[in-house]
Amino acid sequence: MAKFNPGFSRRGLLKASAVAGVGLAAPTIFSSKSYAYMNEPKGGTVTLGFNVPQSGPYADEGADELRAYELAVEHLNGGGDGGMMNTFSSKALKGNGILGKKVEYVTGDTQTKSDAARASAKSMIEKDGAIMITGGSSSGVAVAVQGLCQEAGVIFMAGLTHSNDTTGKDKKANGFRHFFNSYMSGAALAPVLGKAYGTDRKAYHLTADYNWGYTTEEAVRSSTEAMGWETVGAVKTPLAQTDFSSYITPVLQSDADVLVLNHYGGNMVNSLTNAVQFGLRDRVANGKNFEIVVPLYSRLMAKGAGANVKGIFGSTNWHWSLTDEGSKAFVKSFGTKYGFPPSQAAHTCYVQALLYADAVERAGSFNPCAVVEALEGFEFDGMGNGPTLYRADDHQCFKDVLVVKGKENPTSEFDLLEIVEVTPVAQVTYAPDHPQVAGGSLGKCNPGS
Amino acid sequence: MDAIILQILNGLDKGSAYALIALGLTLIFGTLGVVNFAHGALFMLGAFCAVTLNKIFTISYETIDPVRKDFLGNPLKVETPYIFDWFGPDVGTAMIEWSVPLAILFSIPIMILIGLSMERGLIKYFYKRPHADQILVTFGLAIVLQEIIKYFYGANPIPTPAPPALTGSADFGVLLGFDAGSIIYPYWRLVYFVFAAAIIGGVFAFLRYTTFGMVVRAGMADRETVGLLGINIDKRFTIMFALAACVAGLAGVMYTPINSPNYHMGMDFLVLSFVVVVVGGMGSLEGAVAAGFLLGVLESFASMGEIVSLLPGINQIIIYLVAIIILLTRPRGLMGRKGVMEE
Repeated sequence: MAKFNPGFSRRGLLKASAVAGVGLAAPTIFSSKSYAYMNEPKGGTVTLGFNVPQSGPYADEGADELRAYELAVEHLNGGGDGGMMNTFSSKALKGNGILGKKVEYVTGDTQTKSDAARASAKSMIEKDGAIMITGGSSSGVAVAVQGLCQEAGVIFMAGLTHSNDTTGKDKKANGFRHFFNSYMSGAALAPVLGKAYGTDRKAYHLTADYNWGYTTEEAVRSSTEAMGWETVGAVKTPLAQTDFSSYITPVLQSDADVLVLNHYGGNMVNSLTNAVQFGLRDRVANGKNFEIVVPLYSRLMAKGAGANVKGIFGSTNWHWSLTDEGSKAFVKSFGTKYGFPPSQAAHTCYVQALLYADAVERAGSFNPCAVVEALEGFEFDGMGNGPTLYRADDHQCFKDVLVVKGKENPTSEFDLLEIVEVTPVAQVTYAPDHPQVAGGSLGKCNPGS
Repeated sequence: MDAIILQILNGLDKGSAYALIALGLTLIFGTLGVVNFAHGALFMLGAFCAVTLNKIFTISYETIDPVRKDFLGNPLKVETPYIFDWFGPDVGTAMIEWSVPLAILFSIPIMILIGLSMERGLIKYFYKRPHADQILVTFGLAIVLQEIIKYFYGANPIPTPAPPALTGSADFGVLLGFDAGSIIYPYWRLVYFVFAAAIIGGVFAFLRYTTFGMVVRAGMADRETVGLLGINIDKRFTIMFALAACVAGLAGVMYTPINSPNYHMGMDFLVLSFVVVVVGGMGSLEGAVAAGFLLGVLESFASMGEIVSLLPGINQIIIYLVAIIILLTRPRGLMGRKGVMEE
């Protein structure tokens, strides 16, 4: 009698079932497809994912980022006046999309919450086939989404993120940051502050109680203390704080003559407004005029603080009043399309989109590892910040940093900040193992599939 | 000592805002029995009344200045407010600068209208529903209102300064015999405190010395009996809802120079105001006011550097800590009435 042989044993069937079960249960983000790398574009289009805050406290900044991305897509596809593609030192971009594929995009809402930002990025990668994720207006979000992109095997081009950690202890091989960071703010600001206010000063820091606040306080403290300032107080303030009066009044009791507000967004608007209300700008301490410093300025936030920003020093990544050819080209494109000048968030996002596209063109492939190779050590110019290097060690851009001051007599609602100094890149460059950014490692690039 | 005086002053203005919002919450809860989670949104809408009036005053027409250039190098479009033409530049400028105090008058009819619409259009359908339903629907309404404001005004804070005559700060140090500059306090915060005291006094006087107020208080104590006497208590309670909305709105209007208003400001106050109501005692107007000032001052003290260094994080939990202690020792709150929320 012929014996039925199914071709596999009971034990083998169980093993196969277990393996299949694990495979099905694993997150789809790690699943293998018949592509050489994650979301390899097969048709005539390529999809980019713009992950920006469309709701929550930074929604206006997110809206400006999205405008910039839409402009970048228009320019990449050959529309408009080409903007910075005309001034960019690399001439790889032809205005015919990326590698001949028309650029399309999907958007996600980070809500300025790490979990929401990861969820929207994951959705864009898995459901929409985004090959690159970019955007954001918070370091917490940037670090979270960068980690996700590393796991998923797509490139992350960070938007506005200023914490040292994004390209410090939390750096990843698939992540790149064009925006400057806390260390650079401290290094650029200190000499200007020393020149304006002297080297014998006593500073009091109010610091937002989260990662970005800590790195900014550390950076500004170390650079100002190095030139002779003394830090007489440093108090952490809750991120949800709206009225800072009870934090400002102890400053009056201290012997400080400078208040450093390591705050951003609504925190900065409120703490600065409260400080001015309590007469700190009119105060004389230790025989000197009392001064206020805001290490990270944003024009959109300065608008919220109104006249209170007048005469107050800070730093910024870029400003629309720069007169280099790249900045002028971008301001013209953006201003003509939208009717007002771009913010620094819009600038960094626009530049990141172009830098990614250019890297793909130069690499001749969308493969994330080829893009990483093309971006590492890439030197370029014509994008508004002078000669710039994407350092291979940490994927941080090194370029000139702007020290700005609240303008005394603004001529329009956009004309709130004036550039005091363009700090040369050499002054803000640090070693990859500098104590303020030490820790973590890039790891290996992950192409996904 | 000067530091303590300063923190008490700080606590008073913060307490003023808590007290005004909690007063409105308690009025609504005491009369209608509704837990109104949209009350913070009413505070925010009041603030945006001030923003709106400022925007109305600055509605402008454009003229081209061929000499000056805009950011694109085109001839500059100069905007001139219409009120400059209608009232002259001096009066026009004064109107813009005094737009926050003027917004008090502007906001009263608007907030009454909003209050009446809310009560007649939505809240009245939830009188007999469980408190959980009321919380859900009013919280949903609060989110809708703040999203509407965000749509029209954006997410960024909008600076709405006090009139120039009331900016700057007073040096109480000299007045009280301390060093000059040791107790500095902004004029507008003093104005806010006095304004809040006047509103609170006005509401109490209205309830105590008018026939309308007497009927409302009777209704708060025993709604059914007042109804049996042939008095239309529901109509009066509707008016009380509008009054509570107006109090929250006025608190918002006057708060705008302290912190630039944004769409989320109501939520920032809402939870704390509920804690204030619970600590003061559900349904007790005096309790709400007393707890508002008490918690405002305590929160202020807890933020002092010396206290935070001794007890890290105390500034963020002090209000809830005090609430727990008071509720453990006095379950009805400081001045809670028997029978309220106890059935």
